[in-house]
Amino acid sequence: MSTTATPAAEAGAPLTGGVARHRTALIGGAALVALLLGTVLLGGGGWPAHFAVDLSGPMGDTSDWITDNRDSHPLFLYFFGHISNVVVLSVRAVYLVLLAIGWAGVTAAAGLVAGCLAGLRPALTAVSAFALCGLLGMWVPTMQTLALMVVAVAASVLLGAVLGLAAGLSGRVHRALRPVLDTMQVLPAFAYLLPVVLVFGIGVPAAVLATVVYAAPPMARLTALGLRGADAGVMEAAASLGATGRQRLLTARLPLARKELLLGVNQSIMMALSMAVIASVIGAGGLGDRVYQALASVDVGAALAAGVPVVLLAVVLDRVTGAAGERIGAAPARGTGLGWAVAAAGTVAVALVGRCTDRLSWPDAWTVDIAGPVNSAVDWMTAHLYSGIPVVGGTADWAARFTTWVLDPLRDGLQWLPWWAVLLLVGVVAQLIGSWRTALTAVLAMAAIGVLGVWDPALDTLSQVLAAVAVTLLAGVAIGVVAARSPRLERVLRPVLDVFQTMPQFVYLIPVVALFGVGRAPATAAAVVYALPAVVRITAQGMRAVDPVAMESSRSLGATGWQQLRQVQLPLARPALLLAVNQGVVLVLAVVIIGGLVGGGALGYEVVFGLAQGDLATGLVAGAAIVCLGLMLDRVTQPVGRESRDA
Amino acid sequence: MRRRAIAAAAAFALPVLTGCGAADMTKQSSPYADAHGARTVTLSVQSWVGAQANAAVAQYLLKHELGYRVDTVQIDEVPAWDALSQGRVDAILEDWGHPEQEQRYVADKKTIAPGGELGVTGHIGWFVPKYFADAEPDVTDWKNLDKYAGLLRTAESGGKGQLLDGSPSYVTNDKALVRNLDLDYQVVFSGSEAAQITQIKQFAKEKKPFLTYWYKPQWLFEQVPMTEVKLPAYKEGCDADPEKVACAYPHTPLRKFLNARFADGGGRAAEFLKKFHWTTEAQNEVALMIADRKLSPEEAAERWVRKNESTWRAWLPD
Repeated sequence: MSTTATPAAEAGAPLTGGVARHRTALIGGAALVALLLGTVLLGGGGWPAHFAVDLSGPMGDTSDWITDNRDSHPLFLYFFGHISNVVVLSVRAVYLVLLAIGWAGVTAAAGLVAGCLAGLRPALTAVSAFALCGLLGMWVPTMQTLALMVVAVAASVLLGAVLGLAAGLSGRVHRALRPVLDTMQVLPAFAYLLPVVLVFGIGVPAAVLATVVYAAPPMARLTALGLRGADAGVMEAAASLGATGRQRLLTARLPLARKELLLGVNQSIMMALSMAVIASVIGAGGLGDRVYQALASVDVGAALAAGVPVVLLAVVLDRVTGAAGERIGAAPARGTGLGWAVAAAGTVAVALVGRCTDRLSWPDAWTVDIAGPVNSAVDWMTAHLYSGIPVVGGTADWAARFTTWVLDPLRDGLQWLPWWAVLLLVGVVAQLIGSWRTALTAVLAMAAIGVLGVWDPALDTLSQVLAAVAVTLLAGVAIGVVAARSPRLERVLRPVLDVFQTMPQFVYLIPVVALFGVGRAPATAAAVVYALPAVVRITAQGMRAVDPVAMESSRSLGATGWQQLRQVQLPLARPALLLAVNQGVVLVLAVVIIGGLVGGGALGYEVVFGLAQGDLATGLVAGAAIVCLGLMLDRVTQPVGRESRDA
Repeated sequence: MRRRAIAAAAAFALPVLTGCGAADMTKQSSPYADAHGARTVTLSVQSWVGAQANAAVAQYLLKHELGYRVDTVQIDEVPAWDALSQGRVDAILEDWGHPEQEQRYVADKKTIAPGGELGVTGHIGWFVPKYFADAEPDVTDWKNLDKYAGLLRTAESGGKGQLLDGSPSYVTNDKALVRNLDLDYQVVFSGSEAAQITQIKQFAKEKKPFLTYWYKPQWLFEQVPMTEVKLPAYKEGCDADPEKVACAYPHTPLRKFLNARFADGGGRAAEFLKKFHWTTEAQNEVALMIADRKLSPEEAAERWVRKNESTWRAWLPD
């Protein structure tokens, strides 16, 4: 890596060691010195060409070599080939089972399993959700996606559990694994697609593996967290009773960690589902492919019809695993054996009835077309809002103004800054919010982008992220504050937030173009819509968690509502707000990248281009740069407290 | 230590699960294929609607006349070649010319077989809306484009005129063209065809002038009539060096390609797909039903098939 990378960290790190009180002043002073030195010694301009490495040659060769040797080289025949084979066979097996049970059987099984695990209400939700998928005419795609999900989630949970177990039992593995898992968690899903396509080609195996890589980290993290957090007293007691290491693990540590384990499963499922649609770009088939195909003919209604089942699957799985987690935490289950037997028998019975009456596939007559009405609604909206509204102007005018007055100056400003000044800026901000460690990682990640030779597009992407994050935070914190004060508003908001958080991002790309035109403005708008729910939620939670005593005492001192908010609530909720910033940044980046599909340009476009043209060199370099950008943004916004939180 | 043991165990377990010996992943089909004992054909559908129209009609006939199950997968053009060579899809029905892939897969590796012509001729070009060309007739010559650059400025194009480009998967020389013809324009990539169409429709609704990369046959012409801008004439080989291109795009007869194993062993389905051959008008008719009247592809295909029996009877294998 480049040796010129870190003027800020080199200057700042040793100084701040013991003198915590004057930290800010010291950082500022060091930055000023570095700024002067840089101006004198390094001059201006973008990333210097001689520090950049051109990877397109070797990467192109690798890609060619793989295509030429995929059907002959032992590595592929005896290793990747078998992986791919196992994936295909298992997805196929699950799919055939689902088809064999028929729609009635699957719906009944979903209801009964949910009932056993979580109770009556989740069971009803599950049954109606599956029925709705059928009603929307999406039964077969839903089953394809479900088959893929079952395999991907099983593999992620298994892989995550093994890694988590290793990290939970050995401190060394934990230290080695944690930064890797932390990093994987912040990467946009889009960046995962290219490497797997390179090896496995387009199709279901690549889609499953990309999903596994995306969904396994939360399971690993939470498993490790659960195991490491085991009550020391209980462990001591188990040891003094003479339990062996294995017995202690099986009878004490794992049961104690079951809540975290279940939360891990829940997180894995959610991540996998959000990947299901994005993976359609590399041939996952199923619901994602329907969304993707509908977008090609600018058919928002049809895209929604395929997107709703994804949301429904997410809601059902989330509620069931969530409720199951609470149950496990509450009391040891009794008589579950009987419940399971009833569930199995019920499923078999319904499936047999379905088979005998020859009603395995969802009846065509029982479908409802929502595409028509939705499309007319979208058409009406875009026709009336696009332009020519008196006084405020149409959405197209806003988009143009946002581009000219916010995005352009921001991008040009960033690109005008000398390269070392950008690094310095990154380092100082990271240092102020976090520690010298986060600052160092952030600066190195930023420097890596320069070395990869995509400095300018990366800054373009960065400018879009910054603009979108600013808007998201302004709106999100405001809504969150209001929601924290009014329970009624919160109740109304909750389902809306749920839907926006789980709806595949692809679905709202087209309405966004219809409203804001092609370019960077719609990309940022989509990013804001996607990131807003998380920010609102975290803010509201943080505000509500503020100590009521502090609130009460400030009120008794005669503070007005506004004063209370500004001087008590916001400062006390600072950790939550920082977390909201961190989450907002990560989510915004994910969508700004997908914005390459609607004219966002920059790194997102290069990834899309790489996928579309099979030009993996371009795509992989851009993907790597996105990884670095994600890492940098996460570290810059990472408060100190979070590092030690799950240690 | 333990992890290594697990990894080793997994490495041994994999071949046991999938049968010993080599596993060639280029010969694995889709897990969704052939369910229920039905014979399945998997078609690659590219993102544009013309390709959807081909696939819809082929799918309808394969299903209802020949008794196949048909899966469609949407893949971009170049990756589709790769998927076709691996047998993940059986056929591409509309290819716009990919000489490099043709050399690799058809000539060298022989994993893909040509499937004849589709009967439709494709053409790429620069287009302006008809209302704009009617008002300013000289805009249809590239030499006069600079005069209108100011009129075509947008927030995304900076100080220059905007040339709207489409999906990254499409063949385009536009950046080189703008540079080599020394035009005062900025190429703005919309990133997907859907985004481009949406933008064109919005412009047309407002009767705003615009300049866009577009192609024929395309159903959008029925909704937004457009006139082509004359670029320096195309001559054989003038687009050989992508950096030095300064001429128009060629007229390309669109072709079909089949997976080589499918072409030999695909029975009546393969024979049908080889014979599939229709006209630009027919394709447009179906495409317009899908994209504009928002019929489902299956419904659109059914309507067309009912009206045109004499055409498709000829495609069925004897």
